[in-house]
Amino acid sequence: MRPRWSMGLAVALFTSVLFGSENLVEFSDESLRSRYQTLITELRCPKCQNQNLADSNAPISKDLREEIQRMLEQKMSDREIKYHLTSRYSEFILYRPDVNKTTYLLWGSPFAILLIGLLAALRLNRRNKIDVGSLDKTVIDQESRIAELLKSGEDDK
Amino acid sequence: MKVVGGLFLNRLALFLPLVLFAALTIVLLLGLDKDPSELPSVLVGEPFPSFSLPALHDADKTLDERDVIGEVVLVNIWATWCFACRIEHAMLNQLAEQGVKVIGLNYKDNREAAITWLNERGDPYAFSVFDERGRLGIDLGVYGAPETYLLDATGTIRHRRVGVVDDRVWNNEFRDLYAQLIAVQR
Repeated sequence: MRPRWSMGLAVALFTSVLFGSENLVEFSDESLRSRYQTLITELRCPKCQNQNLADSNAPISKDLREEIQRMLEQKMSDREIKYHLTSRYSEFILYRPDVNKTTYLLWGSPFAILLIGLLAALRLNRRNKIDVGSLDKTVIDQESRIAELLKSGEDDK
Repeated sequence: MKVVGGLFLNRLALFLPLVLFAALTIVLLLGLDKDPSELPSVLVGEPFPSFSLPALHDADKTLDERDVIGEVVLVNIWATWCFACRIEHAMLNQLAEQGVKVIGLNYKDNREAAITWLNERGDPYAFSVFDERGRLGIDLGVYGAPETYLLDATGTIRHRRVGVVDDRVWNNEFRDLYAQLIAVQR
């Protein structure tokens, strides 16, 4: 009896969440919805540290979602919408910041580090090859020397 | 000679990880002092945004940016739901008493509650703009109350403070700039 009851409750709660999130935002044109979804996942809630506008329950996030919806209905492009918001809330709100003079280090450093790693790997690789080569040579030298010594020892007998 | 030079460079290269580590340490140490929740104020140096909103005390009266622009003024974003605003209120009353013009922006609030609040605690504001839906708030980049903006006589935003303005903040951030702007105005 009890499991069935809790199952029913879980289903009821879950579906109510689904209905709630689906029906909240209305668009005159359904193609706006996917752009809206992308924008609210890429934009960061100004009040919270690690949430985007889509996930955040903060009142300011709700306001900004409405603002984005309003701008989409006004036929503004994604670029214009982002500019509109960054000129008020700064680049803080972009989870995917533009490349400019304050962010080139952020965008460039992965490639720089990859390059350094590649160079280091190449260098190590080359050094190892040389070592193995000279080692082989030493071993051969030593072997022939031993053979020589053994031979001269036999001769002495 | 070439061999010696090569050796020297090799030796130096051994210190590279240490140098990188030191550089990273310095960068991270500097980062510790920063407040990650503080947004850069992009509107400093920009004109006060245009708006058209009702007055708090008179729903029929429409205010716009021309009511704000004209003299050196503090614009304070406040609300009755904002706990820190209670703490800040005494300071605003004190500033108003000293002759600083303060304009209120009542942000996403209930009109009756806001008027009651001012009746109870004193009204430091020359007038308050009633921004029920937070539209002017968005244009100002407001992300929490209280916030305080210092405007010069041309309506340009000269300073912004997110959070409470108390004695220390006023003395450190506002006082000198305010005196300077007032001097220019006269």
